[in-house]
Amino acid sequence: MSEQIIEIKDLWFSFNGQAVLQGVNLTIHRGDYLVVFGPNGGGKTVLLKLMLGLLKPTRGMIRVFGEPPGKAAHRIGYVPQNVHINKDFPVSVLDVVLMGCLRHSRGWSRYSRDDRAAAREALDLMKVWDIREQRIGELSGGQLQRVFIARALVAEPECLFLDEPMASIDTYGRGEFYELLYKLNKRVTIVTVSHDLMVLSSHVKAVACVNRELHYHDSGEMTQEMLDQVYHCPVDLVAHGVPHRVLLRHRDE
Amino acid sequence: MWEALQLEFFRNALIAGLLVSIVCGMIGTLVVVNRIVFLAGGITHAAYGGIGLAFFMGWPYLVGTVGFSLLAAGVMAVVTLKARHRSDVVVGVIWAVGMAVGVILLDFTPGYHADLMSFLFGSILAVPKMDLWQMAAMVLIILGIVIYYYNDFLGLSYDDEFARLRNIPVTFLYCLLLGMIAVTVVMIIRVVGLILVIALLTIPPFIAEKVSASLRSMMILSAVLSALFTTLGLVLSFVLNLTSGATIILVAAIGFLAAVLWDFLKPKPALAKENGGGEK
Repeated sequence: MSEQIIEIKDLWFSFNGQAVLQGVNLTIHRGDYLVVFGPNGGGKTVLLKLMLGLLKPTRGMIRVFGEPPGKAAHRIGYVPQNVHINKDFPVSVLDVVLMGCLRHSRGWSRYSRDDRAAAREALDLMKVWDIREQRIGELSGGQLQRVFIARALVAEPECLFLDEPMASIDTYGRGEFYELLYKLNKRVTIVTVSHDLMVLSSHVKAVACVNRELHYHDSGEMTQEMLDQVYHCPVDLVAHGVPHRVLLRHRDE
Repeated sequence: MWEALQLEFFRNALIAGLLVSIVCGMIGTLVVVNRIVFLAGGITHAAYGGIGLAFFMGWPYLVGTVGFSLLAAGVMAVVTLKARHRSDVVVGVIWAVGMAVGVILLDFTPGYHADLMSFLFGSILAVPKMDLWQMAAMVLIILGIVIYYYNDFLGLSYDDEFARLRNIPVTFLYCLLLGMIAVTVVMIIRVVGLILVIALLTIPPFIAEKVSASLRSMMILSAVLSALFTTLGLVLSFVLNLTSGATIILVAAIGFLAAVLWDFLKPKPALAKENGGGEK
């Protein structure tokens, strides 16, 4: 078994007295490709933010690279759910990506040549180098998503968190996007959050179903049992172009 | 017009206007992109308490006012960081209490306060040379801070959550920003008066934001616009014998109107179509 990079033990999180997560245990190893899956409001984003140290757990333990979350946040590349924030902001694509190189007490605010080279590489990889001079507000949703992933990748993270990455990418772009994540996964651990079954590419290695509680499945397969656990009602599995996936039909009553 | 430049008070006024424009460009831009115009308004009006305090204690104007508005900014920093969703109410309260304290303290101060109005509408024509040096020092300090932390402020203003993940001291920088707003506001009160501060702080960045490719160019363009408005306003007020602060703001307002009209009338680029598809 490869090195543990994230370890969560008996994690509870409440917001305004309401339990959002209860008794969550999760271990993420280096090289994993984990999908955190569940309905809206089930606590997926909260789990991500707890691991990043943006939220504090009510109780329980989280270790990220052996440290409390927050301490190691700079080793994680984070792509937030809402890429449409501050669209009127006067900032170019290149400058947004360079924000990924920000670090504490650098002084006089200069980016190094290495930072710029890394930014170019990330922009190239995400195929947004050509629009680097454009203002962020001129971009389409799909382009924005790519820019935010480039921003997350520019600091060479060991782990990549993507919150609903498919939200802004049209159906045609998705296949290509899965390929990209697959390639990235060869050097980066990937955790992506989704409420959309379509996100399960065939390269996913594990699925964690989150609906207040977390159920871990260490294969990339989605089963009816997992769906029932999450939704507490019969839901059909629908997928296209993934031949090895089992699709269950509702039994005739 | 040219004989006006022979007059020392007019030269001082022009220099004061230019100095204020530099900070206005930087701090006004940060206020606008961080959407803390209301907070800046609160600090501005709380500064009136400082004016009253300076009069009451017989302190120099800048000492009392900077001290008091820094205090107000500190309280607002704590409140907005702790209870974000109700912070607007607290800002509103500090806004009013600051002014009330100022008025009461002036009531307690013996003598006739002829230049009370000058703090409300500015007294740029009465800036002594000594104040110019103090203003220049504050401008240099703020310029240094903004250049030193430029990228951090950019990251914080665009996406504070991400900046936090990059280990940028977001809370410290936010407090620093509020502190700089307090100092800036006190300087602008000198030029256009308390009531008109927000206009001078926000109109130039509002116009500049539309055409700027980066935060840096927005700051520079705002400063240039601000300098243009203050200089033009000063000259007009001298020629037409009008109150200088109000004239400056009216010149800025005409610029604002022109920018809005231009934005409304200019041919729309084709990007609107391309942009529509990916929208949620």
